[in-house]
Amino acid sequence: MGKAFGAVASVGAVATLYAMKKTWDPLPSVKAAGFTTLDMSAYEDNKLVTEKWRGKPIFVLKQSPEMVEYAKKKDELKRLIKVGNDYFMIVVGLCTHLGCIPGYRPERKDFLCACHGGQYDSTAEVTKAPPPRGLDIPPFKVDGMKVVLGEEGPEYKKMLQDGITLPV
Amino acid sequence: MAHFEKATSLHDWLNQRLAIDTLRRVLATEYWIPKNINFLWAMGMVLAITFGMLLISGIFLLMYYQPNVDLAFDSVNYTIMKEVEFGWLWRHVHGVAASVVFLIIYIHMFTGIYYGSYKKGRELIWISGMLLFVTFSAEAFSGYMLPWGQMSYWAGMVITNLFSLGDLHLNGLVEWIRGDYVPGQAFLNRFFMLHVLLLPLVIIALIGLHFGTLRIPHVNNQEGEEIDFDEEAAKYKAGKKKEAKVIAFANDFLAKDMFVVSIFLIFFFYLVFYHYEFAMDPVNFDPADPLKTPEHIYPEWYFLWSYEILRPFSTNVGLIAFGFAQVIFFLLPFLDRSPNAKPAHKRGLFFYWFWALVIDMIVLTAMGKLPPEGIFSTIGLYAALTFIGLWIILPIITKMEKEVKE
Amino acid sequence: MRELKILAIVVTFTLITYYLVEPFAHSQMHKHVEFRNFQYDGKSDIEEVEHKIKVAKANNEPTKELEKKLEEKKKFWSEVDKISKIKGDPVAGEGTYAMCQGCHFDGATNMGGVTPPSLEHAGALYDKKYLIALVKDPAMAMNVDHKYKDDSMHPMGAIMSMVSSDQDIANVVAYLKEKKAGKMDATEAFVEACGRCHADRYMKWTQVGFVPKTKENIKTGQDIEALKFKQKVAEEQNALADYLGKLPPDLSIIVRARSEHFLKTFVEDPQTQLPGTAMPRVGLTKESYEKVNEFLEDSGDAKRHERAELGPIVLVYLLIFALFAYLWKREVWRDLH
Repeated sequence: MGKAFGAVASVGAVATLYAMKKTWDPLPSVKAAGFTTLDMSAYEDNKLVTEKWRGKPIFVLKQSPEMVEYAKKKDELKRLIKVGNDYFMIVVGLCTHLGCIPGYRPERKDFLCACHGGQYDSTAEVTKAPPPRGLDIPPFKVDGMKVVLGEEGPEYKKMLQDGITLPV
Repeated sequence: MAHFEKATSLHDWLNQRLAIDTLRRVLATEYWIPKNINFLWAMGMVLAITFGMLLISGIFLLMYYQPNVDLAFDSVNYTIMKEVEFGWLWRHVHGVAASVVFLIIYIHMFTGIYYGSYKKGRELIWISGMLLFVTFSAEAFSGYMLPWGQMSYWAGMVITNLFSLGDLHLNGLVEWIRGDYVPGQAFLNRFFMLHVLLLPLVIIALIGLHFGTLRIPHVNNQEGEEIDFDEEAAKYKAGKKKEAKVIAFANDFLAKDMFVVSIFLIFFFYLVFYHYEFAMDPVNFDPADPLKTPEHIYPEWYFLWSYEILRPFSTNVGLIAFGFAQVIFFLLPFLDRSPNAKPAHKRGLFFYWFWALVIDMIVLTAMGKLPPEGIFSTIGLYAALTFIGLWIILPIITKMEKEVKE
Repeated sequence: MRELKILAIVVTFTLITYYLVEPFAHSQMHKHVEFRNFQYDGKSDIEEVEHKIKVAKANNEPTKELEKKLEEKKKFWSEVDKISKIKGDPVAGEGTYAMCQGCHFDGATNMGGVTPPSLEHAGALYDKKYLIALVKDPAMAMNVDHKYKDDSMHPMGAIMSMVSSDQDIANVVAYLKEKKAGKMDATEAFVEACGRCHADRYMKWTQVGFVPKTKENIKTGQDIEALKFKQKVAEEQNALADYLGKLPPDLSIIVRARSEHFLKTFVEDPQTQLPGTAMPRVGLTKESYEKVNEFLEDSGDAKRHERAELGPIVLVYLLIFALFAYLWKREVWRDLH
């Protein structure tokens, strides 16, 4: 009977652990707090703008024609988002190594992470380790000249499928 | 129910109910410590005193600290530092003690390694000590979050990101730990809870366990001599204190401890009044800014060696090396295959292994702070490899060791 | 003896570790910037351009623009030096100063991003050569000329056409040095030199003045005057952020966040510590820097005097504590050895 009592007691303990785990989960208000809409007509070529989405910095970089050429050459056009006739790099501005914010150097058209020396090019693809991959692309949906961050549009789903980015 | 008689004095009254005479005998006057020891044996007491200072100063800081992302920084730097009487003193004592406690822990650890105090029945002393080290590390890290400065925020970001475990991409786990996508209010609140309640409780329980593990194997001595404690205690009690190889915890051992403690306190308060900056990084006096990474991110000095083991490798290998560094010290009693529980200078190759480990960890510590570029990056890589290599060869060189006969 | 040997080993390894993670690591992390004792002769400006030329050459980039800039800077600062040797006439300078008052007056409001500072203590606050340079070409004097290319002008740029002859410059500077050099306290020094761009919330200073004492309506808890003041601060801060790229940091606790050396050299020439920063050179003299620093220490390290007083008392007590601990130990151990 002692074992049976032990079993009943452990059911209670597991149920309590479950409640504890759920208590640590992000709150619904935190989860719901974030759909950011960007007006893509407001950006300028090769000028990095940092937006905010779910507390994370989002880099938006409108590609100049030469940057588009570069992306074509490196087969990185797939990392860019086409809105109207323009290409945009929209990524989470946190280094994929350990989460620092890389700085943009417009004259070299690249990003340098001051924490551990990682580098990315103008499509945010990694060019120098330690980062394991390019900057992640946030879930987005193109809506005319607008982009909504937080919603998953068909272009984003394709990127996920092709392994161009990881879920953020 | 036990039989109670009318008490003849307060002492007798307490003695009937609490057995204070027995307690005193077991814990103090007849708790036997070897006589052949040096000041390094007082580090336990120094640690207990430092922990006491952390606890007391922490209580007063807790009375004014506000665990809120908008208020935390100013509650520390304005309310406590400018308004509260002696608030600056509590804070500097707390900050300096948090740093110095690790210096003493490392000295205490390396004393144990040097004198073989983790062998032959003393394994649990070592393991409970290592558990204390890990809990103290968590306590220090959670406390570092509380002022909510730039280094709090970014260290919190970097360390919690480790839990995504590289290519496993456990972002859900990271977000669960933070309670948010980035460190925020939920994060600050839960680390506050850990720092002021859960972890101190665990530390106090572990200190109890650590003392308990000492009881049966007894404290080691300077020569690794096996002492018959019953026989030596009998000599001591018979009044032959000079011949006995043991002394009583109180007042014999305590008197020496307190002298060492007094020297330590001079050093400690010199730091508190004249040299506190080393323990309070300037970067953390800039309020947390989620959109701006500090130019250099580095942990406090006592974490640098393990941070440097993470750094020179790619993410996955780095995490494995880091995990290795965290658990390997626990296994020391089992990796040391030697039959000798003797000081390192009597153990041949182990002596060189010991100093190689000390120097390697100092090199790792230095490289962990320096920017990971050029020569520093290379030295860091080799030091990390040396660290791993040292632990791999430990069972081999200790297995080769011959038994030392006195 | 053995104990002393062990102690020596422990202390040595502790000090080596300390040296490596503190002085050595910081010397490697932060480039060295020379302190110039608050002398404003343009040396650091010229060295900055020379360094840029060196970097450009190493990267095989064109240096023509930079070479031109270098000549410009050399010429500018040698002319400043020349004007500093002319004897100025403060009486003649007063007339010129009237022009300054067009913008610099008590109660001035934001003009193109910043509020023109009060010049009440300008002669005491700012170095003579710096003032000369400032009247001659504000952007060059402040070493922020990189911000103003052909299409824009420094907000104070108009002075260049108003006061252009060397004698005029010498006169107005002589006037400031003689008539606007009265005694000032630490607060006045901070407010005039730094306070238009930097807030200091621990001293209740905002970019538009000290936070006024206001009263709330007891029935509703609303404090309209306080809200109005907050709005005024917010508007000023937005204008500043637009002009400078970001809001200059609050200086409440800057004395703990930056080293003394950093602050001194940063004030002398911000570009040396933060290349590209929007912060202008302020041109403080040694004395006025000390005043500003006093204000900042009152703000960020208010209990420093109390700390200095208490330190020796605690240490002397601990020496006595150690003496008694030693005597007790000796007594107890007499029976044991």
